[in-house]
Amino acid sequence: MKNSEFSDIWILAEQHNGKLLRISYELLTRGMALAKKKSCKLCAIVFSSGVENDELEKLIACGADKVISVENPQLEHFLPEPYSACMSDLIEKYKPEVILAGATSTGRTLMPYTAMRACAGLTADCTQLDIESATGNLLQTRPAIGGNIMATIKTPDRRPQMATVRPRSTKPSEPMKNRKGEIIRIKPNEKLMLSRVKYRGFIPLEEKHGIQDAEKVVLVGRGIKKAENIAMARELADCIGASLGATRDVVDRGWLSYPHQVGLSGKTITPKLYIGLGVSGAIQHLAGMQTAETIVAVNIDPEAQIFKVADFGIVGDIFEIVPAMIREIRAKSLPVSVTGST
Amino acid sequence: MRIIVPLKQVPETKSVKMDEKTGTIIREGVESIINPLDLYAIELAIQLKEKYGAMLVGISMGPPKAADALKEAISMGIDEAFLLSDKALAGSDTWSTAYAIAKMIKKIGDYSIIICGERATDGDTGQVGPEIASYLEIPVLTYVNKFIEIKENEIFVHRQVEEGSEILSSSLPTLLTVVKEVSEPRLPTLRGKLKAKKTIIPCVKVDELDIAIEKIGLQGSPTRVAKIFRPKVARECEKHFAKDPSKIGPAVNALAAYLNKKNLL
Repeated sequence: MKNSEFSDIWILAEQHNGKLLRISYELLTRGMALAKKKSCKLCAIVFSSGVENDELEKLIACGADKVISVENPQLEHFLPEPYSACMSDLIEKYKPEVILAGATSTGRTLMPYTAMRACAGLTADCTQLDIESATGNLLQTRPAIGGNIMATIKTPDRRPQMATVRPRSTKPSEPMKNRKGEIIRIKPNEKLMLSRVKYRGFIPLEEKHGIQDAEKVVLVGRGIKKAENIAMARELADCIGASLGATRDVVDRGWLSYPHQVGLSGKTITPKLYIGLGVSGAIQHLAGMQTAETIVAVNIDPEAQIFKVADFGIVGDIFEIVPAMIREIRAKSLPVSVTGST
Repeated sequence: MRIIVPLKQVPETKSVKMDEKTGTIIREGVESIINPLDLYAIELAIQLKEKYGAMLVGISMGPPKAADALKEAISMGIDEAFLLSDKALAGSDTWSTAYAIAKMIKKIGDYSIIICGERATDGDTGQVGPEIASYLEIPVLTYVNKFIEIKENEIFVHRQVEEGSEILSSSLPTLLTVVKEVSEPRLPTLRGKLKAKKTIIPCVKVDELDIAIEKIGLQGSPTRVAKIFRPKVARECEKHFAKDPSKIGPAVNALAAYLNKKNLL
C-alpha cells in the first residue's frame, strides 16, 4: 500500500466509567498542532461500553474534527485483544497516517500489540512531536539512554506512524466556541470481542491524591540520607499542602514506594511548585519535573545540577534549612492545609 | 511446563557518557549489566518453578558478550539459555527485535508462559514484550505487580495501572511483563555461579531460524533515528548560600517572601 493512501491524524481518547480522561485532551493539543501543519483532519477514537453524546462533543469542542466511538460491553475496561482487534480493523478501514496514544498503561500495551500486527513503526514515550516540512513525516522526540540524550525518531516508509506520548508533557486542550465535527458510533463485530484475558476486579490506590495531580510537590533525593528523615519532608509537605515525591535513589532504597517516584522511570509532574530537598538533579530526574512552573531546590552542593533548572536555590544543609522553613511558614500562621490535598 | 524469560544486556546507564562533538554515545569502558528490570522476571520464573515445577529457558539477542547476561541468569536459577547473535540483526528497532525474538521462541517450541521485564533501562520503550506476544498471537498481561496463582491452565495476576491494580486472568500460553513489585530478586548462589561458569551458551544465527532477512536489522526496521541531541536545561536561579548558620534565617526568609509573592504558600 502506498503512503499517499493514508491520511488524517488520530488520537486515542481514553475513558473511565464513560468519562474522558485528561490524557485525551492532552493528545488533542498535540494532534491539533500536527493536523494544522499537515492541513489534515484530526480524529479521536474512543473504546468504551458506551459514552454519552455530551462527552463526545467535548472532544470536538477541544479540537477533533471527527470522533469514532467504538462501543461494546467488552470494551468497558482495557483488554489487549479486543481493543487491538478493533484498532486494527479501524486502521484497515480508514487508513490513518498518524496514531497518537498516551504513554499510559493502556497506550503502552495497546500500541505495541497493534503496531506489530500492522507492521507499523512505533515510538515510545515522546515528549515532542513535529512534522518534517520536506517529507511530511512525523518527527518523534523522546528521551533516550536513561534520559542522557534526546532522540528524534521517524518512520519514513511504513504507515501508520504510531507514537505514545508522555502524559503531562503538554497542557490539555481547552474547549473552543463554534467548533463542528462528526460523531460516528460503531458497534464492533462480536468476532473482534474475543479475549483470553479476563477482567476480574479492581483494587484502587490507597493514596487518593496521586502526585501527578498535585499542585505542589515536596520531593526528596538521596540527601535525605535515611528513611527516618522522610518525616521531616512530610512535615514540610503537610505545612504547605503538598504531595510527597522521591527520586529513584530514594525509591530503590525502599524509603518511599514506587508511586512516589518522579523521573524518567517514574512519573512526570508539572506542578505549580516543586521543592527539591537533597535532590542532585540527575538528568533522569529532570526529565520528569523540569516543566514545573516554579522550582525550588535545597542542596548542600553548590554545583548540584538541580540548581541549573531551579528558580530559587538554597545552598545548605537540608537538616538545618527544612526545620527553619517549617518554622517560618508556621510563624506566618498561614492556614494549614489538609495532608496531601491540593 | 516451560517458562521463557527474554533478557537484555544493557550498559550501566549512570556511566553512559556523550561525545559532545559528534553527539554519539561513548561505549568504550562502559560496564554491561543484565537489564535491572529483567531480574524481577527471572525471580518470578524461579518462584513459579518452585511452586509448580517448570523448565526455565533464558534467551537474549545481542552481541556475543550478551552471553554474560544469560550466564548471570543461570547463576540465579535459570535452567538453560540461548543467545541470538548475528550481525544481520544490528540496528533492529523494537519491531524487528520482537520479530526475531518471537521466531527464536517458535524454534524453542512449546511454552506456557513468557516473562519479560517491564522495559530495558537503555531503550526504555517497554514495547518488545507486547510486540512478541502480538507476533506469537498470544495474550499479554503488562505491568504485572503481583502473581496470584495458576489454576486449570489459567494464570491470575494483578496489573498495576494509574489508579490502582486490576485483577486479571489469562489462559496459557501467555506473556507477562512485570514491574518491581512482583518479586524480590535473589542473589546468585555459589552453586549457581559454578554452574554458570561451566555452561556454554549456544549462539543461534539468523539462518537457523525462519527469519525473513528483509524484516531485521536497520533496513528491516520501520523506525529510524533521525538525530540525537542533548536536552537543554537552564533557568535563572536566585541562589542563596546558607551553609553558615547565621545565613539560614535570611535565606529562609527570602524563600518565604519569594513564594508569597508568587502566591504559592
